[in-house]
Amino acid sequence: MIRLENVTKIFQTKEGAVTAADHVNLEIKDGEIFGIIGFSGAGKSTLVRCLNLLERPSEGEVWFGDLNLTKASEKELREARRSIGMIFQQFNLLSQRNVIDNICYPLEIAGVDKKNARNKARELLDIVDLRDKEKAYPAQLSGGQKQRVAIARALATDPKVLLCDEATSALDPLTTRNILELLKDINKKLGVTIVIITHEMRVVEQICDRVAVMSEGVVEESGTVGEIFRNPRSDTARKLVMPEQSSDVRTPTKDFIRIVFDGQSSYEPVMSQLVLSTNMELSILGASTEDIGGAAYGQLLIEKPDDEEKLRQIQEFLKSKGVHAEAVSIKKESDNG
Amino acid sequence: MDEKLIELLVGGIGETFYMVVVSTLAAYIIGIPLGVLVYVTGDGGIRENKPVNMIFSLIINIVRSVPFLILLVAILPFTRFVVGTTIGSTASIVPLVVAAAPFVARMVESSLKEVDLGVIEAAKAMGSTDWQIIWKVLLPEARPSLLLGMTIAFATILGYSAMAGFVGGGGLGAIAVNYGYYRYQTGVMMITVALLVLIVQIFQEGGIKLVNRIDRRMKS
Repeated sequence: MIRLENVTKIFQTKEGAVTAADHVNLEIKDGEIFGIIGFSGAGKSTLVRCLNLLERPSEGEVWFGDLNLTKASEKELREARRSIGMIFQQFNLLSQRNVIDNICYPLEIAGVDKKNARNKARELLDIVDLRDKEKAYPAQLSGGQKQRVAIARALATDPKVLLCDEATSALDPLTTRNILELLKDINKKLGVTIVIITHEMRVVEQICDRVAVMSEGVVEESGTVGEIFRNPRSDTARKLVMPEQSSDVRTPTKDFIRIVFDGQSSYEPVMSQLVLSTNMELSILGASTEDIGGAAYGQLLIEKPDDEEKLRQIQEFLKSKGVHAEAVSIKKESDNG
Repeated sequence: MDEKLIELLVGGIGETFYMVVVSTLAAYIIGIPLGVLVYVTGDGGIRENKPVNMIFSLIINIVRSVPFLILLVAILPFTRFVVGTTIGSTASIVPLVVAAAPFVARMVESSLKEVDLGVIEAAKAMGSTDWQIIWKVLLPEARPSLLLGMTIAFATILGYSAMAGFVGGGGLGAIAVNYGYYRYQTGVMMITVALLVLIVQIFQEGGIKLVNRIDRRMKS
């Protein structure tokens, strides 16, 4: 669907050249939800703008299906962009147009007549569940509603791909979850390939099939979300998968066991069984778990026992429950991004 | 107040309106494209073009640096060439437009600069042409700010039009000069000044009310 070949983007600034993307190779497959994750300044936003050539790569090629976007004419590029929807962190709605006219904008510029455009816009309002807000102006909507309008607008021209640039970063956790569910639905029902840029692992966990981890313009690793989550190899990925609350326990002396839940039953009391069966006292140092439809997702950090035998017992017990666990030691971090 | 004076003042108001309204419109007809041009060719604009931007910026700056009264006299031959005379309200319109158009262009440019760059980016991502971005995104999004600018331009042009009275222009300015200054009729001068203040006030307040009504950003 979309292929990046050796894409490099260098910005010339007063302080010198900044490489925002460094020989990136990526392939986003038809119908998948692909995440690009990294801390701020990693080059994710630049990379996603290379996908629709809002940023022209300094080097390398961007392929959209059979079309080489980097070599396409202005007109071909504009037409391709109608097949690549995009939504943004700040929504970027036209503030002087009401909801329905915002959604009609892409149809208007594509030459669709007003009546057909309105009908299409109303269909889309149904999909994003905002039927009653047709006449409202963006300033009258909440963040989540604005993003829904932006999604409807991005879908108006029946795109094959939807690019989401930190689309949930300005939203509260509950709204984030709802928007992500909506995106998942759109992916399933309309078959739209989705690319998600984020700095939050929970976003990737919730909806992505595959993920690429970026740092300083380089894709450090990529793979299925399960793989990266269970077994992060790069430093960046390791930091990203750690529960958010655990930053204060990143002391140089502590070693942890990281226990990963990826879909085990929420109702099975794994932790208390672990304590009972090993007869050990365990301290939980950090946790971030979620219950999604009766399945547990997330992770726990527990103190690593000094005794090798005890460690082995814990690992064996967790293995028998089908829960992934690994021993990790975290170096002291002054900052994580 | 005698009837003659009232007639004089009513005529003056009429002429002033004629000069200012026509000049403002003409200044916008030239100023909007000029402002858009300077904006889109500027740093990071959708059609960034340093040479074009520099040339037009320079022209705008030159005209804007010339004090209006000097400009008025300096372009008298041009005024005569355009309207055939240098006296009266119609003749005043020429220097008013020449002086106001660059000023308007700068105001248009600054209004456009207020438009959220993210919205322009989104329009680009949707496959808009540059024309579509200008017509359907930039100008409509800047509309409240453009209108507010127009009230400022109107007041400025009104002030200029009064100055034109010194070199044979018409309107309230000419009345103030001819009666108040040359004939020492302080009363007449005071009345014209009061009328000018009133006109500015009405347009400024009306403009702000209109802007508040059409701006969709502040409605809740």
